[in-house]
Amino acid sequence: MEKKKTTIVLFSGEYDKAMAAYIIANGAAAYDHEVTIFHTFWGLNALRKDAQVPVKKTFMEKMFGKMMPRGADKMGLSKMNFAGMGPKMIKQVMKKHNAMPLPDLIEMAQEQGVNLVSCTMTMDLLGLQKEELLDDIEYAGVAAYLGEASEGNVNLFI
Amino acid sequence: MHADKVLDAKGLACPMPIVKTKKAMDDIASGEVLEVQTTDSGAKSDLTAWAKAGGHELRADTEENGVYTFWIRKK
Repeated sequence: MEKKKTTIVLFSGEYDKAMAAYIIANGAAAYDHEVTIFHTFWGLNALRKDAQVPVKKTFMEKMFGKMMPRGADKMGLSKMNFAGMGPKMIKQVMKKHNAMPLPDLIEMAQEQGVNLVSCTMTMDLLGLQKEELLDDIEYAGVAAYLGEASEGNVNLFI
Repeated sequence: MHADKVLDAKGLACPMPIVKTKKAMDDIASGEVLEVQTTDSGAKSDLTAWAKAGGHELRADTEENGVYTFWIRKK
């Protein structure tokens, strides 16, 4: 039997939205779907390594790099961010309820064989380079996404 | 009820019970029964849907003191 497919476009760069995307991705992988998450624009920040990686950048690219969250754990909330207090609060609540933090969900997704794809066009726009992103991810554009999505049983834009 | 393998998923939140169930099911043979224990109140809907999609048989389920137990027979 051919495997079913789930594709998710992660456009947003907020902790809560990325968490929803990764929970669905992990669930779909457990459903034995072939799962792909395409990260574009602010969603790329979920793939950033939290350590600073020395790479050559223009002034604008450096600014972008500084202003955007360096990795999943540093993302803000889409609601009730309260200048950074929101994420602290929600992480406490998550701990209490044993919900998996976003970095763990990403690791679990990789373990489950979810394809993490980084959009190269927006990487160029935001000045993000391969060295700054997680290892073992793929690089592609809209055509690769459409190729997967047109066979997708579940296609989401988050 | 007889189980060939028991999965303790108590205290875990979505999506972990289903992720762990899938992993545990990969470890047993066709026809064997997996017992899943969880405290997630959404588990009944989740495991019922998951078992159905995979063609597995949800043989029974119980709830006692907030612990939901399921017996799933692998396809």
